[in-house]
Amino acid sequence: MSRDVQTTRGDVAPNERSRYADAALTPPVDVIEDANGITLYADLPGVSRDKLDLKVESDTLTIEAESGIALPEGLRSHHTEVGLARYRRVFTLSKELDTEKVSAELAQGVLTLRIPKARHAQPRRIEVKVA
Amino acid sequence: MYRSLFPRDMFAEMDRLQREMQQAFDLSPTIRGFARDGYPALNVGGTPQTLEVYAYAPGVDPASLEVHLERGVLTIAGERKPALPATDEKAAVHIHERFAGRFRRVVTLPDDADPERIDARLRDGVLHITVQRRASAQPRRITIQ
Repeated sequence: MSRDVQTTRGDVAPNERSRYADAALTPPVDVIEDANGITLYADLPGVSRDKLDLKVESDTLTIEAESGIALPEGLRSHHTEVGLARYRRVFTLSKELDTEKVSAELAQGVLTLRIPKARHAQPRRIEVKVA
Repeated sequence: MYRSLFPRDMFAEMDRLQREMQQAFDLSPTIRGFARDGYPALNVGGTPQTLEVYAYAPGVDPASLEVHLERGVLTIAGERKPALPATDEKAAVHIHERFAGRFRRVVTLPDDADPERIDARLRDGVLHITVQRRASAQPRRITIQ
């Protein structure tokens, strides 16, 4: 956790809003690597394309999203399993990945991210010499 | 182990713990318990006229989704296909947290739920079910003679 817990705690009047100001759910992901690159799948239910923010800065991939579910007026909650409407997850990428060629697709609340490997990092078969 | 959508945020975690403690001390919970960490995750609420159920079911083929309301019990069932290609021998799975397979979740609805007036919509991986309450159960103002 990179947030400074002390400053949050030190708030004079930590009301609900400031307390959850930067709280976010960690979406579950699948990460699969094949010979040509890495595919990442992330569950982001309720997120439409305009509420999805993907960033690659040097070797850091940040996924931030907000779910835009319109709640009916006067709704009283009885049972809550998803208590926040924001998602965030950060990954460190490795050097051989080509961050210029990342492609992303969002369908039915699932983000599919494809990060290809740089050309020079494509697999080469290494000859094993028998001495 | 599949991880749910619970936040890593400490304060939200503490709130969740407190909620679960309260439920644990409730001496007469419903017989179907408080299923947590299930797929799909459920939020249940209501307005004076309706009952609202939100099922967070990303990546589910709408054709495989089944919603039933029978004798006051709402069932949401379906299947989510795995993302992993079973055939690629050279593929390495580094992280595997997402649920895959068949699922079924059951919610008991209050007695005034009208099984004839139920509406289900799937959008961006969230299934929103609205059940109208019976008119007879609506609050009425009684005139004093």
